[in-house]
Amino acid sequence: MRDHFIKRLTELAAKNPKILLITGDLGFGVFEEFARRFPKQYLNAGVAEQNMSGLAAGLALEGRTVFTYSIGNFPTLRCLEQIRNDICYHQADVKIVSIGGGFSYGALGFSHHATEDLSILRALPEMTVVAPGDDWEAEEATEALARQEGPGYLRLDKSSAGHTARTGETFEIGRGRVLLEGDDFTLVSTGGILGVVLEAAKKLVHEGIKCRVISLHTLKPLDTEILLKSARETGGIMTVEENTVTGGLGGAVAEACLEGGVPPALFYRIGLRNSFATIVGSQSHLRRCYAMDEQTIVKKAIQFLGFKRKISKKGAAL
Amino acid sequence: MQSLSSKELSKRIRLHALRMTSRGGSSHIASVLSMADLLAVLYGEILNLDPSNPQWADRDRFILSKGHGGAGVYAALAERGFFPVEQLKTHYQDGALLSGHVSHKGIPGVEVSTGSLGHGLSIGAGMAYAGKLDGRKHRVFVLLSDGECDEGSIWEAVLFASHHHLDNLVVVIDYNKIQSLASVSETLELEPFADKWKSFGWAVYEVEGHDHEKIRDHCLKIPFQTGRPSCLIAHTTKGKGVSFMENSVLWHYRTARNEEFEKALKELEGEA
Repeated sequence: MRDHFIKRLTELAAKNPKILLITGDLGFGVFEEFARRFPKQYLNAGVAEQNMSGLAAGLALEGRTVFTYSIGNFPTLRCLEQIRNDICYHQADVKIVSIGGGFSYGALGFSHHATEDLSILRALPEMTVVAPGDDWEAEEATEALARQEGPGYLRLDKSSAGHTARTGETFEIGRGRVLLEGDDFTLVSTGGILGVVLEAAKKLVHEGIKCRVISLHTLKPLDTEILLKSARETGGIMTVEENTVTGGLGGAVAEACLEGGVPPALFYRIGLRNSFATIVGSQSHLRRCYAMDEQTIVKKAIQFLGFKRKISKKGAAL
Repeated sequence: MQSLSSKELSKRIRLHALRMTSRGGSSHIASVLSMADLLAVLYGEILNLDPSNPQWADRDRFILSKGHGGAGVYAALAERGFFPVEQLKTHYQDGALLSGHVSHKGIPGVEVSTGSLGHGLSIGAGMAYAGKLDGRKHRVFVLLSDGECDEGSIWEAVLFASHHHLDNLVVVIDYNKIQSLASVSETLELEPFADKWKSFGWAVYEVEGHDHEKIRDHCLKIPFQTGRPSCLIAHTTKGKGVSFMENSVLWHYRTARNEEFEKALKELEGEA
């Protein structure tokens, strides 16, 4: 995803001299070409994320479209107040980019696990939150965020669902994508874990379960319409995110369905449940350990559907 | 530009701030009194501004990083004609735009909203960096408190500004040596303060922070050195102008009411 992000940003920077990329001293082997081609549009702020975010706000108030970049929690939680006060309150045209969503840097330890960022950034007024699920979404989201004025967060992941776009498909911030049709229930995914969700959905087809899969790349603003439709048509929603289940995708979907008056009969959130990952390992290893891998999704889905059928039988008997 | 002398402007800033904080029951009167002379010289004589066109591209930018002194900036802006002086009466009142800590929302002339310490200098450095990129001539002024120099983010910005030779960036420090609960020396010693800024690559002057002529003379020398950001450390007295508020920790938070208000008013009206 990172390469796709920088590829598109390089194209955009060539066309728009107002685009400026600030890194917090990270991105070895990634930004060399960008820096060489656009020396006036590239800045290394050093290991100083608070200053980086304040600088970005100042530059944006002077007419720049600024992308700040770092990994994990550094460009987000480390400087959260600068994001809230300096960027969001001023509606500054700053896009915060973090590579390393979820357990992307799993072996580096808990400090490098970005597992609360979606929930926290989503809570900020004015902030658009995008967590692409595949390379196409990452590239398109880069451009869409650059074109949309105001604060944005782009959460990139080491993993990716590859390329899920259909020919001629267009990307829109705030509009979810149905990647698989099905009526048994709906799997809603955000971020790079989409690849796992799609694999799980294929396995479920072999079990005779046809679930709808939605890539909800934009967590804010939320595509309420697609969620209510799926809740109505499939009766069950399972959310999957490589993030705490508190206040992230699962929370957002639950809020939308309840407030929209279409509570799904069954609802479950797959994600990190009130814990830090205290062991290390590859992204796929940690997903297995923390119950957000393909097998867990399949297992939960079978249980889930069993409950759903029981409920509907009871409903029919009444 | 109005033909107010800086002396008259500083007197009015002090009086407005006293009335505003007493009417609203807000804190930080001593912090405003401390920097009123700095504001008066800057807004009266140094900052290149056009009240009829607050967004004029070539204006000097001013950021009050010590946002708790917002009443002083609101007063200065109103006196410079950015909005009606009458509006100052709404400060700290229900439904008002004039908040205790300075906010730009709906207030012409305020560049940046602050209130959490340690934010303003980074934003100012970003503005100054943009100014350099665009080859523009305006300056960016950031007024800091001494206490906020406890914040690590200040020193991140200090490093950045000198590394990038931002000689269009000016820091003015209201060095009254008293912070929220105690003196600076008792809390986190900043001395040798000027040496710290110098060693970070800034060009530094120290000045008596209530002497308008000296403040003006120094500001006319900006940039103090080509290729370096400028830092003017202004030695001030917290609560300046009201005898019983001067050099007292109490008046960081206390509101002047009744007899205290009347006494303060008399002292300030007799000033200048």
